[in-house]
Amino acid sequence: MGQHFAPTGTPKLARGVRLRHDEARGQWVLLAPERVLNPDPVAVEILRRVDGERSIAGIVDELAQAFTVERERVEADVDDFLKGLVDKGMVEVSG
Amino acid sequence: MNVATPSLADLAGQAKALVRPKPPAPYGMLAELTHRCPLQCPYCSNPVELDRRNVELDTATWLRVFEEAAKLGVLQVHLSGGEPTARRDLEAMIRHCVEVGLYTNLITAGVGVTAERLQSLADAGVDHVQLSFQGADAAMTAHVSNMKDAFERKLAVAREVRRLGLPLTVNAVVHRANIHQIPDFLELAQRLGARRIEIAHAQYYGWALRNRAALMPTREQVFKALEIVDEARVRLDGILTIDAVVPDYYAKYPKPCMNGWGRQSLNVTPSGKVLPCHAAETIPGLDFWNVAEHSLSEIWLDSPAFNAFRGTDWMPELCQSCERKEKDWGGCRCQAMAIAGDASATDPACHKSPLHAHLLALAEEDAAAGVDQYDYRRFTVPETSQ
Ligand code: SF4
Ligand code: SF4
Repeated sequence: MGQHFAPTGTPKLARGVRLRHDEARGQWVLLAPERVLNPDPVAVEILRRVDGERSIAGIVDELAQAFTVERERVEADVDDFLKGLVDKGMVEVSG
Repeated sequence: MNVATPSLADLAGQAKALVRPKPPAPYGMLAELTHRCPLQCPYCSNPVELDRRNVELDTATWLRVFEEAAKLGVLQVHLSGGEPTARRDLEAMIRHCVEVGLYTNLITAGVGVTAERLQSLADAGVDHVQLSFQGADAAMTAHVSNMKDAFERKLAVAREVRRLGLPLTVNAVVHRANIHQIPDFLELAQRLGARRIEIAHAQYYGWALRNRAALMPTREQVFKALEIVDEARVRLDGILTIDAVVPDYYAKYPKPCMNGWGRQSLNVTPSGKVLPCHAAETIPGLDFWNVAEHSLSEIWLDSPAFNAFRGTDWMPELCQSCERKEKDWGGCRCQAMAIAGDASATDPACHKSPLHAHLLALAEEDAAAGVDQYDYRRFTVPETSQ
């Protein structure tokens, strides 16, 4: 199970993709061209850290610490999750 | 003296209104900022009676509407028309949408939009641009839009949109004259760097209904088109998202029009009328409220037009007893009106409708008619106040 991205890579939401809290429905939404996605709580925790500043390793560290989960598991989950969004053109990873 | 005593039917109606569950908040709002447009597509979704410039809502009213939309729960606003860039205050609107958290989608025909204008729209914070193509080449685009150099201008706009880093969707309405160009549209979209394409089969209301004999594709064309799109979806997975608006005349089931009347979205016309769908005014007798007199939330919750076909209570027995009633919501009310002459009938596109054979016959007749003259979209009465 290889990683798709280097831990030093920095992910950011693509232009035209926005994460925001939807007050009317009390949930987080990811907005993209003609799409409204409802990320689950884990996805929201990742997405809130996808800011073009934090590296993948940084995000993994934070999540592992915040939720006291094994770092390796978090690493694999984050990598998978980002791959899915990169394939959809919703996230770009640089570096 | 005449004392009004409510009839039993009135009371029953009121009681029903009292127990009517509160409809969920809408996700999207189509803001038709103007009906002015330099093109003349014969299937234009604007009504045959176009709103003139002098009845268009002013900037302040639109800003209020966007604010009310955001409060109501709308997440995405589609800035459309006509040609929305005909409004000089478009940037102000976009900035306001950004401020109140609305995602903005600019729906443009891309003629008369300069690089400077696009830069200023991008600076204002527009999230996504959807650009229409009437043909996949210059000749077809000119023929359908009735403007000679429209194609070149659109290409320039597409390039500029991508240069600015904005996501681009190509929108292609297909019909008898250009349906064979679907592979070319797909190519064009990729060449222009679009991540998404809409292949929308013309929907027959308003202008398109007038032009149906010149637009209706044959059954063979439609099935070929569906095949091509299915194949392309697999081949272009991860490269180009293909969203298709299906051609329902030859289908077995109707489209889930608007995903249900008054369920997910609303449409504000240039003069401020709020409609459940852009063609809703083709249904006579519906009482549409205007943003000049009511808040958007009042209109969404209480206006008679929105409640007329909400949910499933209004449905005829045929749909009531059908397991698909919350899948396709009985199809399209405007099509039921246009074909059955009754907006609360089962959509004749459904194979269970007693009028399905009639609809098919209409389609086949039109497709074979060989008409190739369009009645191009235009303001029907000469402009006076511009
Ligand atoms: S469909 Fe054609 S005529 Fe109608 S608003 Fe769009 S570009 Fe203009
Ligand atoms: S009968 Fe009504 S609900 Fe059933 S498939 Fe046809 S249109 Fe849809």
